[in-house]
Amino acid sequence: MADEVILLGFWPSPFGMRTRVALAEKGVVYEYKEEDLQDKSPLLLKSNPIHKEIPVLNHNGKPICESLIIVQYIDEVWNDKSPLLPKYSYERAHARFWADFADKKISDYGSRILWKKGEEQEEGKKGFLDCLKLLEGELGEKPYFGGESLGLVDVAFLPFSCWFYSFETCGNFSVEKECPKIIAWVERCKEKESVSKSLQDPQKIYEYVAVLKKRFGVE
Amino acid sequence: MAGEGVKLFGMWASPYVLRVIWALKLKGIEYEYIEEDLSNKSPLLLQYNSVYKKVPVLVYGQKPVAESLVIIEFIDEMWKHNPILPEDPYERAMARFWAKFVEEKFIPAIFGTFSKLGEEQEKFMEEAKKNLRILEEGLQGKKFFGGETIGFVDVVGGWIAYWVPVIEEIIGIKIVEEESLPLINKWFKDILDFNIVKESLPPRDKLVALQKVYREMLLGSSA
Repeated sequence: MADEVILLGFWPSPFGMRTRVALAEKGVVYEYKEEDLQDKSPLLLKSNPIHKEIPVLNHNGKPICESLIIVQYIDEVWNDKSPLLPKYSYERAHARFWADFADKKISDYGSRILWKKGEEQEEGKKGFLDCLKLLEGELGEKPYFGGESLGLVDVAFLPFSCWFYSFETCGNFSVEKECPKIIAWVERCKEKESVSKSLQDPQKIYEYVAVLKKRFGVE
Repeated sequence: MAGEGVKLFGMWASPYVLRVIWALKLKGIEYEYIEEDLSNKSPLLLQYNSVYKKVPVLVYGQKPVAESLVIIEFIDEMWKHNPILPEDPYERAMARFWAKFVEEKFIPAIFGTFSKLGEEQEKFMEEAKKNLRILEEGLQGKKFFGGETIGFVDVVGGWIAYWVPVIEEIIGIKIVEEESLPLINKWFKDILDFNIVKESLPPRDKLVALQKVYREMLLGSSA
């Protein structure tokens, strides 16, 4: 029986992009449905009644919510190729720790860079760059956080790279200047088809940010 | 069961540390417990958890694992008997979902209920009650989230059963009423009655005293 896999997403969302990278790495055939977050579909509201957020993966009628939970689910179900988590428990814990770190910290600091001004924005900038430096340290000399292939941390962190241009422009700084290894890692990942076809154009993301700023009356 | 050099850095009043203790006890793992003074953190703690500098940290054979949810999954994978997470990937995803709900929704709401006053406190309390009603749905009429015995969500969220009555006593307001949250009420009783939980709860009077001081500090700093 063929699997029915549906992904509900919203194109600029880094959380949706994570799920797309994971599905592409595993070669899963799925249907993508773009959600209008101003007018959420009945399927979204039924699949994620508690948070009403994307992404949601619908696998044979069963909904899975929360992007990192979805990515781990994908890794566990489609376990015949491209493992996203290492084999051994300690290394798996290590990967989960850093994926959680990227997840918690990047969104928070990034939001402050985009939406705040003055001291709050500066704190956001500092926090963001401190996090990237820690992640650079964690990457070390490896080609990917997952070692020789993409792992959970790569999948969790990569989609935020589409938002770097927006952070840089709003915050007036350069990620490449401060954290060149991170940019090198992003470029390396983009050579993979699973990544290049899942990530959004940073310019389009910036245009979307401009639309949001206008809508909320933020400079 | 020997844990081959398992150490837990903790603090007696931390619910995050308690979660890890329950996970270790469920597996019957022997461990060395190191109490940290959070106002004067040990060099070892700062070395083992250089990113967050917090407890709990589990150290297994010199290798540290930080963040309570990560630690619990590590324990579950290292020692495969008495599983904490379900076997089925969908059920695992659901367990992780509810654990995340406790972390990201319930904890900020109960913290706000505890640390604010007046209208702000009321808002947070309504949010906390709403979250508990949602959690009740997750229970689906089972004794525990794990079924007949405690599982991942019970380990992650069970501290609520002990802490909420403490908070209620300190703020002088009832949050969990039997009539409006009957299943959560029952879950609280079943959690507190579970053997490994009963034997590892922090002393109530000490906890109340500490939380009272903490609350005064929080209210004072926002004045």
